[in-house]
Parts: sequence; structure tokens; C-alpha cells
Amino acid sequence: MNSIHDMGGMHGFGRVEPEVNEPVFHAPWEGRVMALYRALGFLQFWTIDGGRAALESLPPKTYLTASYYARWLMGLERNLARAGIVGADEIEAGRSLRPAQNHPPIMTVADVANLQRGNFERPAASASRFRPGDRVRTVNLNPVTHTRLPRYARGREGLIEAVRGCHVFPDTAAIGAGENPQWLYTVVFTGRELWGADADPTLSISIEAFEPYLAPA
Amino acid sequence: MGDDHNHHHEHPDHSELGEMQSRVRALESILTEKGYVDRRTLDLIVDAYETKVGPRNGARIVARAWVDPEFKARLLTDATAAANSLGFPSPVGAHLIAVENTPQTHNLVVCTLCSCYPWEVLGLPPVWYKSAPYRSRAVIEPRAVLAEFGVQLPEDTRIRVWDSTAETRFLVLPTRPPGTEDWSEQRLADLVTRDSMIGTGLVRGP
Repeated sequence: MNSIHDMGGMHGFGRVEPEVNEPVFHAPWEGRVMALYRALGFLQFWTIDGGRAALESLPPKTYLTASYYARWLMGLERNLARAGIVGADEIEAGRSLRPAQNHPPIMTVADVANLQRGNFERPAASASRFRPGDRVRTVNLNPVTHTRLPRYARGREGLIEAVRGCHVFPDTAAIGAGENPQWLYTVVFTGRELWGADADPTLSISIEAFEPYLAPA
Repeated sequence: MGDDHNHHHEHPDHSELGEMQSRVRALESILTEKGYVDRRTLDLIVDAYETKVGPRNGARIVARAWVDPEFKARLLTDATAAANSLGFPSPVGAHLIAVENTPQTHNLVVCTLCSCYPWEVLGLPPVWYKSAPYRSRAVIEPRAVLAEFGVQLPEDTRIRVWDSTAETRFLVLPTRPPGTEDWSEQRLADLVTRDSMIGTGLVRGP
């Protein structure tokens, strides 16, 4: 969706402000939200893309003014309600009002030793359409649902630099329409292609683009 | 949104802090009561990111690549496999990609759409990496962003920005600083900063 999360190339947000000796968490609740997110992710009530989609559908004003882990909490509450795990009434009441649903085994202490990310590569149903060195143009799409093609790189000409394998397609996975695996490519654009004649001539930018985002140039 | 506003919300005052703390505690209780999460597991996850999974892991990878050309070649071909050959407390997942800085090209990593970051080798991302200023500007004016980190590159150095729009994750292999030729791998690792592995910093020599 074309919402505020898609920030590449926007102006007006001010300086980047690195914090000296930044702690991992700025308050204990941030760590708890992160841990809840991981532990609930383990149960696969929603996909990683469904988790991102929930954050992107926060109202833009909320997205911009809430801190990062506050957004995660809001996204979590949204997905928990949608999956029927914790209702809005239970969050309001601050306690459980219904028994749990049937669910897979929960994340245990032993699982924490193996905190590695999921692997999103899948067997390919067909050969990849593009090869390194091919010129491509990204499509122009504006779905109201989740996509990983940023606005700044739509309808632009670039070069296939690498083929990264066949991966779960976020656009369908996020809306419960299946993994629908697609070839994934690193596509590189010149700064001038994306930002016009005044762009830094030394700049190039790459995105990781799924095959449905690409057409031959 | 002005900087003050942003600043305010990343560092909430005490009333907000109390409100968030109780809201999260309530959610955690509901989920624990229903049996969806286990408190000890949550404690351990927090502990892992506070004490075990952090940029020291990435620094070990970089230092090894600087002293071992064969490892460096494997790192640039399959970074996940190369990283796992070093044996970290929790294994590195699929599709880590290492990108090498050279005198001609400087690499910078961003996630304009959310906050994708190589957690397993760098830990959790800093606030600035997830912030609107970095996400919006890294792809359009990286030199200005680098200047805010105190990094000035020669005018003819090419800049390559990697937007992490899928489940691939990027680790910058920074340039080994001059004057460190006879340094041990451990001493080199101590020199490697987190920002140098994102591309917003350079590794400074002695």
C-alpha cells in the first residue's frame, strides 16, 4: 500500500541523529515487545509479511509519532485480534476472557538457542526469466495491500545484477493468498534514473525485486 | 515532523513510560495465561539480544576476512555459510550477503520500507537506522547522510546503496585501515564498528 512506511526519497524528516552508547532497549517494555514478537512469530499465526502489513496499515500520523517498539506493539495487538488470539475486549480488560485456541507447540527455552531467521527460499516451479546483465523495467503497481516494490523504484529501468533464488512472495503471503514463490533479483538503478538529472552521478541504488515486479526493458 | 517531536517519542517521559510498561505487561499476562508464550523464554530472548547477539559477531567475520583471503572469498560468495563456519552462539540464517568496500566503491545499507537488518551478525538495529530521516534520505542523498556520521568520501568514490526490500540481508565488509598489517585477528575485530558494517562508518586506523 502507498502509505507512510514507504519513505525512500522523501524530504523534510531532518537530520539523522545517532545516539552515543545507545542501549539495546530504551526501556524494559521494549525488550518484552521484541520478545513477544519473536515468541508469537514462532507460532506462525501470521507470516512475516503479514506482520509488516499490520504496521503499514497503522494510520500515518500514528506511524510517524509512535516509537518503533510502540508501533510493533500496535501491530502485534492488531494481528492478535485478527487471528482471534487476544481480542480487543481482553486487551481492554487486561486479562484473558476466553480459553486459548488449539495451537502448535509454543517457543521454549530450548528454542532460544536457535534464534536464527526463517529461510524464505522455496523450490522453483520454472526457470528464472532474467539473468545477470539483463535490462529490466519495474512495473507500475499501486496495490492497496502489501508490496515490497518501493514507490521510488516503480516504472524505472535497471540492470539485473544477481539472481537470489526463488522466495516466498510477500504480496500474496501478507494477505493469506499463499507463498506463491517467485524468483528474486538484485536490480540496480543509477541515481539519475531514480532521481533525475540533478542526482549524484556517483550514486547507484539497488532493490531486491521479485520477478512479478519486472518486465524486460 | 520536526526533530524535537521525533526525539520526544523515542525517549518518552515518565508517564508514557509507565503507560507502555503496564500495557505491555497486561498483554504479556494475557498471553501467558492463555499459554501462548512462556515467561522464561521471553526473558531469554531479551537476554540473547542484550548480551549475545550483537555487532561483535559481525566484527569477527570482518576481521577473519581481512586476515584470511580464502575465508573472504567464501564470505563474498555465500556469507551465511562462511559466517556459520566461525561458530556463533546462534546460527546465522539464510541469505546473508556480504558486500565489499573498495577504494572505488562504498556500500551503504538501508531498509526504506521497514527495518530489515542482519540481526544475527549486528544485533538489533539502532534507533536511527529505523528512523524516518535515515530511511528517507539514504537512497537519495547518501553523501549528506554520511556527512552527519562524520564520513567524507572522495568525490569520485562510487556509492552503492542497498535497499533491503526482501529477506536477503546485507553486511558491509569495510576496508582494512592502513597501519594494521601486523595486527592479530582479535585486535582487528576490536577496531571494527557496527556503523562500518552498515556503511555509515569507516574503520579508522591506529
